[in-house]
Amino acid sequence: MAVEEKMGGSNGEDGGKDWFPLGMRVLAVDDDPICLKVLENLLRKCQYHVTTTNQAITALKMLRENRNKYDLVISDVNMPDMDGFKLLELVGLEMDLPVIMLSAHSDTKLVMKGITHGACDYLLKPVRIEELKNIWQHVVRRKKTDSKDQIKAPNQDKARAGNGEFGQTSTGSSDQKVNKKRKDQSEDEEEEGEDNGHENDDPSTQKKPRVVWSVELHRKFVAAVNQLGLDKAVPKKILDLMNVEGLTRENVASHLQKYRLYLKRLSSVATQQANMAAALGSKDPSYLRMSSLDGFGDFRTLTGPGRLSSASLSSYQPAGMFGRLNSSAALSLRGISSGVIQQGHSQTLNNSINGLGKIQPAVLPANQNQNGTLFQGIPTSIELNQLSQNKSTNHFGEFNRVNDPNVFGVATNFFDARVPGGSSSNSLSTASGNPLLLQANTQQTHTSGSFGNQSSHGVASLNQESFDMGVRGSSNFLDHGRCSENWQGAVQLSSFPSSSLSTSEAFNHEQLPPNNLQENLSWTSSHVSNSPIDLSSSMANSARLDDSRGDMQCQVGLNNNVIQNMGYTAKQQWGDRRHDYNGNLNNSFSRLDSLISASGAMMDQSNAVTSKRTDVSLFSQLSGDAPYVVQHPEGEKSAFDAKLRSNEDYLFEQTKPQSGFSQNNFESLEDIMSSMIKQGQNNETALMDGEFGFDAYPLGSCI
Amino acid sequence: MLGLGADRLRADMNRLLAFLFHQGILDEQYLQLQQLQDESSPNFVSEVVNIYFHESEKLLRNLRSLLMDREFSDYKKMGIHLNQFMGSSSSIGAKRVRNVCVAFRAASEQNNRAGCLRALELLEHEYCFLKNKLHELFQIEQQRVLAAGVRYPMQN
Repeated sequence: MAVEEKMGGSNGEDGGKDWFPLGMRVLAVDDDPICLKVLENLLRKCQYHVTTTNQAITALKMLRENRNKYDLVISDVNMPDMDGFKLLELVGLEMDLPVIMLSAHSDTKLVMKGITHGACDYLLKPVRIEELKNIWQHVVRRKKTDSKDQIKAPNQDKARAGNGEFGQTSTGSSDQKVNKKRKDQSEDEEEEGEDNGHENDDPSTQKKPRVVWSVELHRKFVAAVNQLGLDKAVPKKILDLMNVEGLTRENVASHLQKYRLYLKRLSSVATQQANMAAALGSKDPSYLRMSSLDGFGDFRTLTGPGRLSSASLSSYQPAGMFGRLNSSAALSLRGISSGVIQQGHSQTLNNSINGLGKIQPAVLPANQNQNGTLFQGIPTSIELNQLSQNKSTNHFGEFNRVNDPNVFGVATNFFDARVPGGSSSNSLSTASGNPLLLQANTQQTHTSGSFGNQSSHGVASLNQESFDMGVRGSSNFLDHGRCSENWQGAVQLSSFPSSSLSTSEAFNHEQLPPNNLQENLSWTSSHVSNSPIDLSSSMANSARLDDSRGDMQCQVGLNNNVIQNMGYTAKQQWGDRRHDYNGNLNNSFSRLDSLISASGAMMDQSNAVTSKRTDVSLFSQLSGDAPYVVQHPEGEKSAFDAKLRSNEDYLFEQTKPQSGFSQNNFESLEDIMSSMIKQGQNNETALMDGEFGFDAYPLGSCI
Repeated sequence: MLGLGADRLRADMNRLLAFLFHQGILDEQYLQLQQLQDESSPNFVSEVVNIYFHESEKLLRNLRSLLMDREFSDYKKMGIHLNQFMGSSSSIGAKRVRNVCVAFRAASEQNNRAGCLRALELLEHEYCFLKNKLHELFQIEQQRVLAAGVRYPMQN
């Protein structure tokens, strides 16, 4: 309530905009009071300001009164006074407010109808709070397109150029050269901004077909850059070297910029990897190797989930690697992988684990990635190789420049042999480089941290490129970097959530067969989703935890199951018998009816017994036969029969007693049915009453 | 001693809830309802559920009277009732009831009167069961609140 008032206080024309999306004003329309109430509370929980009405006409009136009082309308599709689609149309026409449709029915035709009538969204009942948390986007989107339309006409180019520039500064602050280049280019040519890769600034009018950076294309690109030398690589020259049709200089330029950013990230990551190795002070080559590979594996996260083809992972054989890991290495590995898991990408876990295996040469060419992202994963270990070979330790800035050309050159090579070789030399470098590395430790993470920040900030504008994932991946590394500083050993790992630990443990102990991506993903996701399953199973388990009452509970469960089965089988039976006895529909359903009500009554009774609430009145009303209350069900069937018997009595007492129906001793369903058939056809309404009488009964008995 | 009762009642309630979830009678939506209950709306769940009972019985009566009618032909009207029943049932997390509604709707779309009748019976059956269980749940909850509340004065 307090929140609501506060939101109300900030209401008005620009009400709540400062805290947007908090305080967004929603009008909810639904004739179903339950849905309306639940929706209202859900929206309040999202901290929106909610007004509700159960009539479409009222809603229209309120909207017409003051359109500015609301930001968004949510409306049910099926309403008695007005069709939801009609309301949608009217609101769209008159008030131009975003409208979200709501329905229990997910029929494609209806959804289509909603869209054609202009709905922003179509939600299905039951509405979940997660969905409602996002609905504010429709308001923003509408506002944005409105404002865009306004500025569209006068200064299109200017806006685009401005966008392009702005995009530049935000991303390129760490890369002055690139920045300058872009500026030069923009000054050189008029058109810019389309394919800068800043998709969120995309002007809606002109849309060039997006260039897909395939593996082949990227390879050419990298080859061209290598040939020129990274420092000297100019888009024009690269374009010429690549000699690809249909590729524009702008495409190359933007790709080059991304590539440069990527390399920067690589170098920072590599240093982080080295840091971790140094921090652990481990001279174990296998560990280093693992870490380097792990870096590689983590770089797979940079490539983004879902972009790795199955072929790329199929030839990994991590088993060999695992065998060689000593315990500390294994632990740290686990730490890394669980850290990766922590980020919430099942694929990243997959990737990092796979990255631990030997990398087959065949893998990379088979890679069908767009953007040639897989290539980007390679240089890590190579860079570490470079590190060791150069025997330079504290040259991170230098590292970038010196190694970059090599990196590019190597990027096209595959390094099955390199990896072990690299590892052995890595150990050497560790020995020599340790002190220096250690010294540079904090400095490292600093720069990398700052760089990471910059890149993530800048790249935020690159929406749909793989580098997005890369940035997030690099943020993974930031975590790792921090972790590495604190690492003393396995102890730190206790801070990781146990679920992720167990998952990675599972990975460690198990020999990962050369699966394809699909399998891994599914397995991973099944593991990652372990917790919810565990929860439910533990819940179920707790249901079965027993004391004496638990027994009763189980019994009830059993009884209920019995009833369920009985209900269904009985239906079938009666479906058949219907033909046998008489084709009278009413008769059959009356049997069903009574039996179902009977079983319902029985369940109620068993519940009563279960909870040891000897509500005798309850039972006696049902059975008219008190002794049954105390009777403990000896065997299910007999209890069931006994109770059923008593229920039958009750029901038939309530209904018009037909043709002297006597209390038979039913021993089976057949008998019950046959007796019921004798009832004749006048039972319908009577039974109905009886049934509803039964229904009404619990109302009285409970609360 | 009363405190012990409150704990035991809570255990009962949890067990009953677990059972209901396990049997598929309730689903996560019910949990969401529980989460919506807080200081500002302390009886939210029971309020919503009571409205649900009220509305559902109305709907069930309507459905039955429609189907019992000898000259029944208005499947569309039945569909409307059914739609509302389905919406409200799913909104409180009554999974089994909702599933029966789906089957019911399928039968009604095929103008299959017999199927509709069968579905209606099943629906009534499921609804009854749900109602009993929820009543039980609320009872335990009430008792638990009482038991927990009485404890404190005794400590003084």
